[in-house]
Amino acid sequence: MSAAPDISPATARASARTSRLSRERIRSAWLFLAPMLIVLAGVALYPLYRTIWFSFTDASLDLLGEARFIGWRNYLEYVDYGNGDGEWFGLLADSRWWRSVWNTVWFAIVSVSLETLFGLVIALVLHKKFPGRVWVQAAVLIPWAIPTIVSARMWAWMLHDQFGIVNDMLQRIGLIDAPVAWTASPETAMIAVIMVDVWKTTPFMALLILAGLQMVPRDMYEAARLDGVPPFRLFRRVTLPLIMPALLVAIVFRALDALRVFDIVYVMTPNTDATRTMSVYARENLFDFDRFAYGSAASTLLFFIIALITIGFIYATRMNLEGDER
Amino acid sequence: MASVELKNVCKSFGTVEVLRDVNLALEGGEFVVFVGPSGCGKSTLLRLIAGLEDISDGDLMIDGQRMNDVLPAKRGISMVFQSYALYPHMTVFENMAFGLEQAKLSSDEIKARIAQAADMLQISDYMERKPRQLSGGQRQRVAIGRAITRQPRVFLFDEPLSNLDAALRVDTRLEIAALHKRLADTTMIYVTHDQVEAMTLADRIVVLNAGNVEQVGTPLELYARPASQFVAGFIGSPRMNFIVGEVAAGHGAATFGIRPEHVDLSRDKGLWKGTVRLTEALGSDTFAHVDTETAGMVNVRLAGAEPIGEGEMVFLTPQPDAIHLFDASGRPVHGARAA
Ligand SMILES: Nc1ncnc2c1ncn2[C@@H]1O[C@H](COP(=O)(O)OP(=O)(O)O)[C@@H](O)[C@H]1O
Ligand SMILES: [Mg+2]
Repeated sequence: MSAAPDISPATARASARTSRLSRERIRSAWLFLAPMLIVLAGVALYPLYRTIWFSFTDASLDLLGEARFIGWRNYLEYVDYGNGDGEWFGLLADSRWWRSVWNTVWFAIVSVSLETLFGLVIALVLHKKFPGRVWVQAAVLIPWAIPTIVSARMWAWMLHDQFGIVNDMLQRIGLIDAPVAWTASPETAMIAVIMVDVWKTTPFMALLILAGLQMVPRDMYEAARLDGVPPFRLFRRVTLPLIMPALLVAIVFRALDALRVFDIVYVMTPNTDATRTMSVYARENLFDFDRFAYGSAASTLLFFIIALITIGFIYATRMNLEGDER
Repeated sequence: MASVELKNVCKSFGTVEVLRDVNLALEGGEFVVFVGPSGCGKSTLLRLIAGLEDISDGDLMIDGQRMNDVLPAKRGISMVFQSYALYPHMTVFENMAFGLEQAKLSSDEIKARIAQAADMLQISDYMERKPRQLSGGQRQRVAIGRAITRQPRVFLFDEPLSNLDAALRVDTRLEIAALHKRLADTTMIYVTHDQVEAMTLADRIVVLNAGNVEQVGTPLELYARPASQFVAGFIGSPRMNFIVGEVAAGHGAATFGIRPEHVDLSRDKGLWKGTVRLTEALGSDTFAHVDTETAGMVNVRLAGAEPIGEGEMVFLTPQPDAIHLFDASGRPVHGARAA
């Protein structure tokens, strides 16, 4: 029952005009995007491409120009000793590498979970009106404002086994008998690093979550008050679902950061198996051990592991990146 | 049948006094409309009754019980918000059930109440949809439905039609009127800035102006005997003509008021001579804006599609028993009725 399509000259002209208009729009869109795309290609795409390329060569730091293609040998290679014996080499067969992958993932899971939890609590407190709220908000942000290197150094001193204030305080109140080598002993090194990261990054998380909380319309809470919904149920059934999109974005942000963690670990606990992360491992090989190609392979894998985890997380939480959930 | 009584109720936000000494007595089962210009304190008054704001001074009684310190959920009220305030992540059914679960009702009882409300409002077909999948009018019904299921003693509406388009507004208005008939025992308080909604829905209207109650009365009382110039100008559409100067002074008043429908127009004789400057033909009525020598601009209502030309010379005569006189402070002048 549809009418015959109207193909009178007038409408044809009109559609030609709109399509010319939209072509014009597309062209100016590209024009505006071009500078940024060029810069991005220069500072992100090209280094990435070079890293991936070096990971398939035998490049070393002082002979970058003479790098030769060697295929997958940096990743995995079977060396036959000729006597019926042989051995696997390469990144994928390196237990130190897998240890650092595990360290990184563990660090990311624990620190981001704690940061989310504490950030949520702080955000809920800051969302309430109370006298002096502005000052508290500013104070909470201080750890985030301190450069990581500085706060890592600061904490390294505070956690020092002989002169650190943390040991001193814990001993005075009688929680420990003897000083603990927080950053040096393998059992506590990771705990120390995670604690400092949580200390530093919780404010950022709190701020992102607070922004999400402030997006929840006030009348949502008023409707719940009329229904007599108690605070915890209100939080679980109304607040949390409504801030979930913001929360997930914050978590992804933080997870991306945590999976690349370098500075805190490098400053606080250099050269420990217990805390060596993927980034630290890659840097070691790139610059300290003169295995540039091998380090490049580690960097490449690092990139793909982070990408996979992020995509997996976004998919698993059915995160709405378009933001039209409401 | 819950009566609602406000005694000397005041409300201040910080140092700003928003409501001053409000005294009202609403009978059980009554449909009362609070009307007034934007910012006059209507929503605040409603929120005081709901318990969403604390009363600064005075008493609120529902059914003779003092409610000032009773939690909102325990007051036996329901409220329909201007923005609907539906939970966006819950389905229509969940939206309606959420508060009832809190009231510790059995799930059969909850289902029965929701089914009944859904039936009444014809929303049974979208119980599994999320609010964003509904049109504005459908969301409005869900919000009303959610309020009904609580079976409140007092029903509060805050400008429930203001987000709807004109045609839907009229339909929904009629439905709210029908709802009031069905829930005859429930006291309803309805806030609007639209005097047409007030006139059509209300048993009684409370006119608010800048935090004061100007007048309380039935729609026709307010129309026929406005207690102030403010009410006279606010109630009735188009608004009353206010004439100052000579004409008013001749009646011993500061302002002479006459509604457009109470002015007779003639082509050959009358009290005020003037020229038609502008006409608005609505089909059922025609409004002529006449520039008179003695009374200034006067708006006149003519029945039907009166063929009257702009620039035409006409005579106007106010109907003597429909004249309103006000003194300089806007209070009515009595005893000077006769023209
Ligand atoms: N929470 C509040 N804090 C301060 N002032 C408020 C608050 N709520 C309302 N007001 C003020 O009270 C007055 C009345 O507001 P409201 O009751 O919303 O008016 P209405 O609903 O009649 O348009 C307005 O001047 C408004 O600015
Ligand atoms: Mg309002």
